Amino acid sequence: MARSTTTNSKVIVTIGAWLVGFLIFFPILWIFLMSFHTEGDAIKSPFAMLASPWTTEAYQAVQTQNSYGKFFMNSVVISVGSTVLALIIGIPAAWSMAFVPGKKTKDLLMWMLSTKMMPAVGVLIPMYLGFKVTGLLDTRTGLVAIGTLINLPIVIWMLYTYFKEIPGEILEAARMDGASLTSEIIHVLTPMALPGIASTLLLNVILSWNEAFWSLQLTTSDAAPLTQFIASFSAPEGLFYAKLSAASTMAIAPILIMGWFSQKQLVRGLTFGAVK
Amino acid sequence: MNMTLRALLGATALLTLAGLASAETTITVATVNNGDMIRMQGLMDDFYAKNPDIKVEWVTLEENVLRQKVTTDIATKGGQFDVLTIGTYEVPIWGKSGWLVSLNDLPEAWDKADLLPAIAGGLTVDGELYAAPFYGESSMVMYRKDLMEAAGLTMPDAPTWADIDKAAAAMTDKSKEQYGICLRGKAGWGENMAFLTAMSNSFGAKWFDMDWKPQFDQKPWADTLAFYLHLMNDYGPPGASNNGFNENLALTQQGHCGMWIDATVAASFVTGKDSTVADKMGFALAPDNGLGKRGNWLWAWSLAIPAGSAKVDAAKAFVAWATSKEYTELVASKEGWANVPPGTRTSLYANAEYQKVPFAKMTLDSINSADPTHPTVDPVPYVGVQFVAIPEFAGIATEVGQQFSAALAGTTTAADALAAAQELTTTEMTKAGYIK
Repeated sequence: MARSTTTNSKVIVTIGAWLVGFLIFFPILWIFLMSFHTEGDAIKSPFAMLASPWTTEAYQAVQTQNSYGKFFMNSVVISVGSTVLALIIGIPAAWSMAFVPGKKTKDLLMWMLSTKMMPAVGVLIPMYLGFKVTGLLDTRTGLVAIGTLINLPIVIWMLYTYFKEIPGEILEAARMDGASLTSEIIHVLTPMALPGIASTLLLNVILSWNEAFWSLQLTTSDAAPLTQFIASFSAPEGLFYAKLSAASTMAIAPILIMGWFSQKQLVRGLTFGAVK
Repeated sequence: MNMTLRALLGATALLTLAGLASAETTITVATVNNGDMIRMQGLMDDFYAKNPDIKVEWVTLEENVLRQKVTTDIATKGGQFDVLTIGTYEVPIWGKSGWLVSLNDLPEAWDKADLLPAIAGGLTVDGELYAAPFYGESSMVMYRKDLMEAAGLTMPDAPTWADIDKAAAAMTDKSKEQYGICLRGKAGWGENMAFLTAMSNSFGAKWFDMDWKPQFDQKPWADTLAFYLHLMNDYGPPGASNNGFNENLALTQQGHCGMWIDATVAASFVTGKDSTVADKMGFALAPDNGLGKRGNWLWAWSLAIPAGSAKVDAAKAFVAWATSKEYTELVASKEGWANVPPGTRTSLYANAEYQKVPFAKMTLDSINSADPTHPTVDPVPYVGVQFVAIPEFAGIATEVGQQFSAALAGTTTAADALAAAQELTTTEMTKAGYIK
């Protein structure tokens, strides 16, 4: 029997949801507002800042000081490249774990997840030396490789969960019709799991875009992504809130826009199989 | 066929030679984001005109990110950077470890003897200069002349802590958000501990005795912390335990601070276009307690060349240009004398034009009154005014800073904070092998 809800409780829940949403969104909104003020106005009290004139001065200063385009392109290549590579490895891996599990599959899945719990700084020196020896320091190839390694456990786990929802009989039927392993994965499994694959792709692009530790440590100039672009505007002595806000707005805008347009797909994928 | 082959080979050889003739060396310079460094990036045409075969790639990062990244690169000899912007804390440690290239052989015209002795002393290890100072700073009192006048007080050029106490009390009017004094309270070895360590020197305190035994259980440290807490609790702004340089700068520029004791470099900001009290600011030396040491620090951002660089000659050419007397003249000609990087050369302070800058004399006097090799009243086994030049210091001082910041926030008492500082410092120094 469906629970009855009164109009009042609906209103209260809706207002509460909007309030929580606003609170979560507020820091981004405030960054956006600060970016359109002078350094002097950005440090004033909130109401005084809002009352002061708006200007694009900070954006001009950011553009003059650093080339946004180069950092942006590096972010695109690294986040998309590492996610696509992780999917290419992750789809067959998740297929085998979901449809032909071995005795140790569960342990293997748990071990993969446990690698995400290791503090990254613990392996900084060996990774740095490895990158140095292989000539991968400050290269997009190096960052795509490390991004793939970071994404892989999440990609395999997400895909494994989605694949488990697909009846194995359909794949069996395809096999009986003479489909090879490759066609089974590409032509039968992938189309059925498309919402899950799409949400895995979107989520991992977002995670890669925001990854800061490795991208700051392993790049200097040629492969530096937007995380380094932002880091260059914080100053130890001197006002920088407006410029830092402008740089942050420019860095998060592309991923916010992408998230906005793909939110339907993202929610559909994340809730895929949630109701049985 | 033969002729064609020969012609092709000849053309290839010529092209290769032409390529070699115009080959340029690209050096990567890692730097912090401060006004002087950003200004330099806009003046690079002068360097390129003098060094057409060298190209400079800039990597600008937040101070702590830069420090971590450069340390990783230099320790692994990664060779990602050819010139580093480093502080006075790192130079003696890295120089001693053989991580930096000696700059003793920079051209004679660069004039090493012209460097301010206090600054050069902090960058020299066993007679080798390991970094060229780009800008130097000390700390001093920046105060509101109008509020002092209204209170019927005059700030001496060399005040005592008692003078500061009296002035802070007279200028405080919390109902008008007018606070007598603003000081650093945010935890960190380069934040509240830079201020408190320098302040403690003037109270006769020290971090370690000659046997490296921590001294937080001694009276001078108790006096230092008690006086600091009294000033901040009675006359300071609310939430001061979160205030660092930038927060206090904002408060001062908005007219909320009667006094601010901090880096001399702040003088150009509080008298700059963003300040509402630009024409009301006066300057004085950091206070003392009559014990022979003032509560001011000494710091320089300097350019150094890591031992892992494969382009040492090009890097030296850049360092020599960026820290030369000619560079200061270039900045002065383009942006005025007030924007010249301060605190590195004697000749700058002898310049009649620079002497007209309102804070020039007080900056020089402050720098000259700090001695990194004899920072405390009693002898100590370490170098450094507001820091101790050992690798363990940054970690220990940040933890001690958290204790003192908690005492300011009121979540612990001064006595408990000092006891915790003593215990954690003793543990770390024993672990590091200083205490047997």
